Amino acid sequence: MKTLAELQALRDEMKTKIGVRKDGEYRMRILVGMATCGIAAGARPVLTAFVKELETRKLTDIVVSQTGCIGICQFEPVVEIYDADGTKTTYVYVTPEKVPKIVAQHVVNGNPVVEYTIGANAN
Amino acid sequence: MMQELSMNILDVAENSVRAGASLVEITIDEQPAEDLLTIEISDNGCGMSPEQLKNAADPFFTTRNTRKVGLGLPFFKMAAELAGGKMDIRSSIGKGTVITAYFVRSSIDLMPLGDINETICTLIHCNPQIDFIYRRRFEDSEMILDTREFRRILEGIELNDPKVSKFIRDFLAENTSDLFTGR
Repeated sequence: MKTLAELQALRDEMKTKIGVRKDGEYRMRILVGMATCGIAAGARPVLTAFVKELETRKLTDIVVSQTGCIGICQFEPVVEIYDADGTKTTYVYVTPEKVPKIVAQHVVNGNPVVEYTIGANAN
Repeated sequence: MMQELSMNILDVAENSVRAGASLVEITIDEQPAEDLLTIEISDNGCGMSPEQLKNAADPFFTTRNTRKVGLGLPFFKMAAELAGGKMDIRSSIGKGTVITAYFVRSSIDLMPLGDINETICTLIHCNPQIDFIYRRRFEDSEMILDTREFRRILEGIELNDPKVSKFIRDFLAENTSDLFTGR
């Protein structure tokens, strides 16, 4: 059984290390559409896949969050990535399997995965 | 339709988030002897007016202006009714809302509960400013996750910090498993 004492130990470990993230200190934002349409289409495992992939890569300056209905329900699950300069990339029909490539190519190296974007899938 | 009840719960709890709640409570109570599964989602958000409450389970009624349908509660209600149960809503303006769904546990049409732990993790990760109390009951046993306790212990470290998120995921996995094995 996991206990709160373990959480205290984790806190103490984190506080001794420099670099604990402070609120608002993000290089990039990943927003997953989590309205009814997104959830029904599979947005939850997509969001979890992003969280786990960022954990694995120790990318602590990226925030994964949710947004409501983006208005393109037919393309769900939809993910929007906002770069540091505010540039937005919209990924559509995202699956957990596509997430590692998006993180490696876009989040880490700054090159959007064009074939997963709405521009490449609109027709 | 959702594929599992945990997705309905996520969707309904998102309404609580949008209602400005600072505390959302989710309870899943399984009582095999009574052949009953009860799911309750309550919040201290803005609540609904009598008019909104009357229409809350109408799929063509929504308070949002981004679209003309609101399917979260109708889907949840349908899931309960398909499994021989029902859904109740209680709400007061300024006080909050309580949604309770009852399911016949042995119903062949009962949707699987699915990955409820992932739903709870998602809610906490995406809404670190809100507190969640998650109760999972099976017969006489109960497991509770209360983010207010977590927040107090963490002393300013965010609930959606990657290491904390992982702790919460492991906490839920291990303690849910213990709940069912009786440890």
